Amino acid sequence: MPTTTTDIFTEKIERDLAIEPRDPMPEEYRRHLMRQISQHAHSEVIGMQPEGNWITRAPSLRAKMILLAKIQDEGGHGLYLYSAAETLGISREEMIEQLQTGKARYSSVFNYPALTWADIGAIGWLVDGAAIVNQVMLQRTSYGPYARAMVRICKEESFHQRQGYEIMAKMAAGTPEQHEMAQDALNRWWAPALMMFGPSDAESLHSKAAFQWKIKRESNDALRQKFIDKTVQQTEVIGLKVPDPNLRFNAETGHYETSPLNWDEFHRVINGDGPCNRQRLEHHRKFHEEGRWVREACQC
Amino acid sequence: MTQTNALYHYCLRLGDDAVVLGHRLAEMCSRAPFLEEDLALANIALDYTGRAQLYFEYAAELEGKGRTGDDLVYRRAEREFYSHLLCEQPNTDFAYVIVRQFLFSAFDRFLLDDLCAGKDARLAEIAAKTLKETRYHLAHASDWMVRLGRGTAESNARMQHALDALWPYTGELFEMDDVDLQLLEQGIAADLHTIRSLWQTEVRQTLQRANLKQPPDGYMQTGSRKGIHSEHLGHILAEMQYLVRAYPEASW
Repeated sequence: MPTTTTDIFTEKIERDLAIEPRDPMPEEYRRHLMRQISQHAHSEVIGMQPEGNWITRAPSLRAKMILLAKIQDEGGHGLYLYSAAETLGISREEMIEQLQTGKARYSSVFNYPALTWADIGAIGWLVDGAAIVNQVMLQRTSYGPYARAMVRICKEESFHQRQGYEIMAKMAAGTPEQHEMAQDALNRWWAPALMMFGPSDAESLHSKAAFQWKIKRESNDALRQKFIDKTVQQTEVIGLKVPDPNLRFNAETGHYETSPLNWDEFHRVINGDGPCNRQRLEHHRKFHEEGRWVREACQC
Repeated sequence: MTQTNALYHYCLRLGDDAVVLGHRLAEMCSRAPFLEEDLALANIALDYTGRAQLYFEYAAELEGKGRTGDDLVYRRAEREFYSHLLCEQPNTDFAYVIVRQFLFSAFDRFLLDDLCAGKDARLAEIAAKTLKETRYHLAHASDWMVRLGRGTAESNARMQHALDALWPYTGELFEMDDVDLQLLEQGIAADLHTIRSLWQTEVRQTLQRANLKQPPDGYMQTGSRKGIHSEHLGHILAEMQYLVRAYPEASW
């Protein structure tokens, strides 16, 4: 019979029961989740910018509607996630402040620019595709509100990935210029998408505890491999080339092997020197500040 | 003008309003005062883009020259666009976005009401489909009019400023030319004179609730029925049509 609060928590984790907001939980578990869920929420919100960059230039009404609906979903995901994080005792205002002061992070992949319409395809296909692999795992994460948010989010993300892939497929089969644009976007987004899973768990600061607490159930490398295996085949189907000269299929393991990733670049970008870091935060601060009078009026 | 030709122009105008206002709202993505409102504006943008598609598809069929609805949006020049000047006015601040939406949705709500009862079945069908959304757009904008009009001194001043700046673009909403008159006679088009008085009542009541002063009806800007716009429209189209114009052979 568990007696202390730690015992109750440990037993729930061992029995694969969800931890709910009012359940006892170690402070480190709460802090870990608060950091992870708010980072996840910020990623959804900052991710609206590179895609928003193309709404006004979408090349057909249908494409514009799909992109608008997709970005609206991302914002909605941000909302569920902010709410899930709030159950841990932090307000949205505090989270936004942490984002704007650089205390909280967001997925580094959004520090790359969306340069052509094919980038909208590549983001949906690769970035959302990588996110899904991670989020499918998180549907079984130990914190109840987070797991439930993931169930809803995963349903919408698969639509996002399909819309991205559809854009890429259309462009790859289009004029030579469109094909080139599609290949170029794939070349630029491939490595950033693979890096979304984070460095090897051996190097990851937070991984060990996250496994113990069943926040995380599969390693970064295993998730990355799942994504590679799935994506290489999709690339071939639409007649594009994976931008890796060392790509090969290992018949023994049944997996694709790829070149090592440039983790120096990853750390450089995450630490502020990506092509768009300043732009993304500046945008967020600017419009948050411009909306201050509206929020103040709502308090009356 | 044949009836088909008049109806083609009528649909173009309705489509142009929807596509241009939808575009302005879409520009607000990631720029709203808070996340919930960002989603609401994206949703309204989506509604307008959706109805634009319905109007342009119909217009393209009526024209019968083998052009698609998208051709009408992405390959037409500035002087061939007939959206009201109000729709293209920029998102100067959130007050402009809301006031523009309120003034237009209050008009749109009565326009669609009328078109629902019109004799052209296709147009009536589109109107019936979109009226529900428009009621919601109007409720959303009216809510904001009141909340911000009665909010702080700053919010009231900003709303009054936007209202004063946009008011001269409202006269044009009720202009009727040969296209309107011909289709009105056939029971297809809306009677904008009747709609004007309904609109005036709706607007007056909301402005009163919002503690905002109705600007005097001075000179009203005009031109869009003839395809003459403010400088803003050209920039909207330059952005919107860029890919289709740069790669005319491509399909997306």
